[in-house]
Amino acid sequence: MYKIVTRRELVPHINLFEFSAKEIAAKTKPGQFVILRIDEDGERIPLTVASVDVGKGTITVVCHEVGKSTKQLGNLKQGDCILDLLGPLGKPAEIGKLGTVLCVGGGVMVAPLHFQVRAFHEAGNKVIGIIGAKSESQLIFEDEMREVCDDLYVATDDGTRGYKGLDFLKELLKERKIDRVVVMGPVVTMKTVSELTRPHGIPTIVNLIPIMVDGMGMCGACRVTVGGKTMFACVDGPDFDGHQVDFEELMARMKMFTPQEKLAFVFQEEGGRRL
Amino acid sequence: MSKPKPKIKKEAVVMPKQDPKERGGNFDEVALGYTEEQVVAEAERCLECVKAPCVEGCPVEVDIPALIQLIRERKFDEAIRKVKEKNSLPAICGRVCPQETQCQASCTMGKVGDPISVGRLERFVADWERKRGYEVPQQSASTGKRVAIVGAGPAGLTAAADLAKLGHEAVIFEALHKPGGVLIYGIPEFRLPKKIVEAEAEYIEKLGVTIKVNAMIGKLYTINELLEQFDAVFIGSGAGLPRFMRIPGENLCGVYSANEFLIRVNLMKAYDFPRAATPVFVGEKVAVIGGGNTAMDSARCALRLGAKEVKIVYRRSRQEMPVRAEEVENAEEEGIALEFLTNPTKFIGNDRGWVKAMECIKMRLGEPDASGRRRPIPIEGSEFTRDVDTVIMAIGRTPNPIIQQTTKGLEVTKWGTIVVDENGKTSIEGVYAGGDIVTGQATVISAMGAGKKAAKAIHQHLTKKK
Ligand SMILES: Cc1cc2nc3c(=O)[nH]c(=O)nc-3n(C[C@H](O)[C@H](O)[C@H](O)COP(=O)(O)OP(=O)(O)OC[C@H]3O[C@@H](n4cnc5c(N)ncnc54)[C@H](O)[C@@H]3O)c2cc1C
Ligand SMILES: Cc1cc2nc3c(=O)[nH]c(=O)nc-3n(C[C@H](O)[C@H](O)[C@H](O)COP(=O)(O)OP(=O)(O)OC[C@H]3O[C@@H](n4cnc5c(N)ncnc54)[C@H](O)[C@@H]3O)c2cc1C
Ligand code: FES
Repeated sequence: MYKIVTRRELVPHINLFEFSAKEIAAKTKPGQFVILRIDEDGERIPLTVASVDVGKGTITVVCHEVGKSTKQLGNLKQGDCILDLLGPLGKPAEIGKLGTVLCVGGGVMVAPLHFQVRAFHEAGNKVIGIIGAKSESQLIFEDEMREVCDDLYVATDDGTRGYKGLDFLKELLKERKIDRVVVMGPVVTMKTVSELTRPHGIPTIVNLIPIMVDGMGMCGACRVTVGGKTMFACVDGPDFDGHQVDFEELMARMKMFTPQEKLAFVFQEEGGRRL
Repeated sequence: MSKPKPKIKKEAVVMPKQDPKERGGNFDEVALGYTEEQVVAEAERCLECVKAPCVEGCPVEVDIPALIQLIRERKFDEAIRKVKEKNSLPAICGRVCPQETQCQASCTMGKVGDPISVGRLERFVADWERKRGYEVPQQSASTGKRVAIVGAGPAGLTAAADLAKLGHEAVIFEALHKPGGVLIYGIPEFRLPKKIVEAEAEYIEKLGVTIKVNAMIGKLYTINELLEQFDAVFIGSGAGLPRFMRIPGENLCGVYSANEFLIRVNLMKAYDFPRAATPVFVGEKVAVIGGGNTAMDSARCALRLGAKEVKIVYRRSRQEMPVRAEEVENAEEEGIALEFLTNPTKFIGNDRGWVKAMECIKMRLGEPDASGRRRPIPIEGSEFTRDVDTVIMAIGRTPNPIIQQTTKGLEVTKWGTIVVDENGKTSIEGVYAGGDIVTGQATVISAMGAGKKAAKAIHQHLTKKK
């Protein structure tokens, strides 16, 4: 059993959870994820770690309610416990002194991106941050990002805050000398940014979150094609070279269980009655 | 025991099974086990030959003649105690061991009729005990030594049980959320009910073993770190990395590895979706590629999940299938079709990235290969295409690589298996390994045998070390 020591709603449907997990906290590096299970009938839910407090023995994740399991997690309160918590999983992000690093985060993934940004900042890099969301009301972690970025840009899909969309990135890539780009967020965001950086030849790392089951390399649900080769995102990644990833395949695979997911959601909303 | 010898009964007592038509629609256990009368009748068939070749055939050397004698006398409590001297997981072995190639293979009775159904006898006495509550043997005095065990599959559970019985503190680190290894995540409910695996794991905890789930070694702690806290380490991390064929279209939606499919269905209980939250998709026309236990289990799960047509596609012929004979029989009874000497060459997708067909090629058998089985050779120009909407790749599993990648100084073969000596000792002092991680995919009982052997060696290592 792992206790929720803090639960805070950041914006509607995006919540921050701090779990008591001393052993995991001591080992987790930016870029790694955990898998949790709420209860005996629960799914294995992968979530990227957004921060750790080694002294306190806690890890923090930020979760967007998008379906049955994430909604169920969202309904838990401070002091509640979850049944299982496994981690750290995946390879840590490669953090080094690279010069100027552009970190692009979209939606809920801005939170775990911040963990990496802090590390890049502390490693002596100049960090340009871009954070985005569908709309102003869904924007998270702006203050936290501002603290560790040398420059911070904000963009929304609907233009309610900052730039509208990512088109401005074209100019930015021309104006600034950038040594590394890191993207975490929706697949379309990772794909768009990778296409924009490709002509400039800037190494671009994307953080892939395909559907996973075990998260330890035993099922292959998470397989992605990178540079024509099949990789298991949970153990070979989750970070990959964005210029080599087959995003179309990834998008199709992430929709593999959509009809079942909808069914599960309705089942949950109806209070768990047999359908 | 001077009962007159009954006359030879050539035919084994048939074990009751669920009707094939009914069981295709449920996940309840197929084989129902002997009744008390049936088990005694089967034991009575034994010729009591002096050589007892059955014992030699058993990788953990269960005293089978004594088991049979005690069953004849209806001393079931003593019978299970006898089995447990050698085998800590009898309810499991009685169900899943390939007895026909082990204890039953050289049975003297087998030369004139059916061999004695040793597996069914073992299953009976184990179930007898489980229904009445486990008896926990007396433990030896604590030695104060601590052993870390990686993986709660049959190898790890057996090593832990034996070490605990000898008075050592055994702590199992298991990455998944439940102990059992393949027994819990791979082998389906209808062949090995999960409550039995849970009960046998609980029995091992009663022996004093601690099982720590959600603990992935290599990530949470390295082997080298474990050695700082423990006097010895046993690695039983298994062969769980699914193999793919590396042919076009393998990453289409609707194509699973058998491990993904079976983990969803068994460990995550997707057959009970949406009550259990993990989904699984099964279409109408399912092709399972491969010819082993994994292929058979996947096919039978797919059938139970509503597939209209399930075909096992295997590149060799029936004789080469590395599978328990009883399970092929069960699968065919349930209506699963077997297609031999056929291999897929590519999968064809629709515009949404879902598999809709597969191209196959016919094979013929050539000379025997390294495995001793005749090598399948493609017949040029024999390609054909067939519609499918679900494909399950069950062509084998290779060793889990995380520990090998994260352990300094651990000698590994080019196949990724860990190198050990005849006692299970690795290239690192105090570190032992056994089971599928050493042999590559094998059997439950061979993994248990390796766990036992290593436990013995660890005990010697710990008691001589001052
Ligand atoms: C390595 C990794 C890290 C992640 N980090 C975060 C994070 O920090 N914050 C966050 O909010 N979300 C994160 N996710 C996504 C999150 O795990 C899924 O949103 C969640 O599992 C969906 O479950 P659901 O039942 O609520 O939704 P569902 O209704 O089941 O699915 C909704 C969507 O989530 C995706 N999804 C479903 N099941 C899985 C699964 N088992 N693994 C991955 N994606 C799935 C599907 O593509 C689908 O589009 C991460 C996923 C991975 C693989
Ligand atoms: C579908 C299927 C059906 C089968 N049917 C039969 C059958 O009928 N009869 C038979 O005899 N054999 C059968 N087998 C083979 C048999 O199950 C295996 O040979 C046996 O389970 C091997 O035991 P093991 O203990 O070595 O490994 P496993 O059973 O694989 O257990 C290894 C355990 O280690 C854990 N682990 C892995 N890495 C780590 C890590 N880094 N840290 C912590 N834990 C870790 C895994 O999660 C797992 O629980 C079958 C196999 C499959 C897949
Ligand atoms: S999630 Fe199973 S192998 Fe990656």
